[in-house]
Amino acid sequence: MEAALGLMRRIPPKHSVTALSALVSLLPNHSSDLLSQVDQPLQVLCDSESGKEFILCEYNRDADSYRSPWSNKYHPPLGDALLPSDELRKLEVEANEVFAIYRDQYYEGGISSVYLWEDNNEGFVACFLIKKDGARTAHGRRGYLQEGLWEAIHVIEVGPEDETTRYCLTSTVMLSLTTDKESSGTFNLSGSIRRQMTMDLPLADGHLCNMGKMIEEMEGKLRNSLDQVYFGKTKEMVCTLRPPSEVVMRLPNS
Amino acid sequence: MAEEECELSDEQKKEIAKWFLYNAPSGEIQYIAKDLRSVLNDDKLYDEATSEAFPLYNKSHLICLELPCRSGDVLITPYNELEENQFIEPRTAQIVTIDHVKQACTEVRPAADEELASPYVEEFRCALDAEILKYVEEAYPKGVCSVYCVDGKDAEGPGCNFEFAVVIAAARNSPKNFCNGSWRSVWNIKFKEDALEIKGKLQVDAHYFEEGNVQLDAEQECQDGTIFQLHLAKCLTSPKILLQAPDDCAISIANIIRHHEAEYLKSLETSYSNLSDKTFKDLRRKLPVTRTLFPWHNTLQFSLTRDIQKELGIGK
Repeated sequence: MEAALGLMRRIPPKHSVTALSALVSLLPNHSSDLLSQVDQPLQVLCDSESGKEFILCEYNRDADSYRSPWSNKYHPPLGDALLPSDELRKLEVEANEVFAIYRDQYYEGGISSVYLWEDNNEGFVACFLIKKDGARTAHGRRGYLQEGLWEAIHVIEVGPEDETTRYCLTSTVMLSLTTDKESSGTFNLSGSIRRQMTMDLPLADGHLCNMGKMIEEMEGKLRNSLDQVYFGKTKEMVCTLRPPSEVVMRLPNS
Repeated sequence: MAEEECELSDEQKKEIAKWFLYNAPSGEIQYIAKDLRSVLNDDKLYDEATSEAFPLYNKSHLICLELPCRSGDVLITPYNELEENQFIEPRTAQIVTIDHVKQACTEVRPAADEELASPYVEEFRCALDAEILKYVEEAYPKGVCSVYCVDGKDAEGPGCNFEFAVVIAAARNSPKNFCNGSWRSVWNIKFKEDALEIKGKLQVDAHYFEEGNVQLDAEQECQDGTIFQLHLAKCLTSPKILLQAPDDCAISIANIIRHHEAEYLKSLETSYSNLSDKTFKDLRRKLPVTRTLFPWHNTLQFSLTRDIQKELGIGK
């Protein structure tokens, strides 16, 4: 299993879908572990009732159906399926509404979904997802990209309520940028980064506020990291392999 | 892919294993092989897969192996492969036998006359090799290069066509810094009676994997009748004259290659800065338009904002 995860860390991100299904077929006994631990590009369905789109992930799946956070119904319909409790569903509805506004403020477009479900420790787990396709920006410009995708998955384990409640956040951002200009050939920069954060917070402002602030802080950090990692380290590597000619000329015979 | 209930056939498992090996990033095939061995849990299948996949990977990644006794390096490419596992190293006129899976040389012997190019062709090859070597030493901190005759090696004189492949490879592997990368360029040069056809393919990739998995994958092909024509115009000479002088030819070709590769690097840098400046902002802003963090505690504000937005028809 360790080895399988090792493989996923090395295979080029653009092949990650093929790689994961290959691993699942090689290791059928580990398929549920693999599917829950390896992040895949996010897919989207349209909720037939509300006409709004929602994001698919392991956390809103039961068998082959997915639950919409807007109507709380499974697509395709599923009898006797897992649903959150009424109390949790209320929080879920509010979370989806508020998160959609958050998403709009930062992403100016895109799709978001939030799913909540009870866990075994008297707490609950929340999953916040965002999918943004940048090739079609809010302004309708084609932009420089042929393809630009940002996908964020934030999973928070919320501990039992006490004086302070423990929130464990695991965030993954997957990014894929492709330009395809005839003169400069193809250029593809993709990948994913994962970070964790744990905080103990009082419930004074409510769960949503606590979780929201953590996610906002984490996204900010990840965005900066991606800027430095994506546009930093890989570019550094290219320039190390073949320094730009201005640099070479300035150096003495080395 | 196969459903979880059906057991895969050995052949299918082998194909999957080969796929993983072939798609390993530069410098990482041994790590992938190790993990794959664990996952496959079948040494016979593992050995079959590696013996089929490693040669393809090695040749496609233009790996560089050290010759025994530190007498130099040999590049493993499709252009200098004589037979499976045997590669010619023309600069030192040697034939090297290698073990693909171990990625090491096992045997070296001097090349026989029939295996080398004719003296006429060799003069051109040697001159070009020298110029390219100069260029690579100057432009690439850790570059390796070679010039191979891929067609017409027995040509005796002017009027016969022959073809070279110029291979340049540079790799930087820093697993401790979680970063690996490689630059590969291959230039095909066709010598005809009164023309030179130059075609190039450049590939760059980089992999950074600290707390994540980020990869750059860039490629460009250049085809050129025009590069050479432009170059001739600058040098005020005619193709026929140029093609009779190996040294002048070599210098011209090296200059063309140098120019193109420098241009490509510049365009990569432009791509990077464009992505950073424009595209990233299109994906996610640093802060909302309000220039403040999101007011999570004030949910009432949202209902109001939302209703207003609906009223005025903004937002969606």
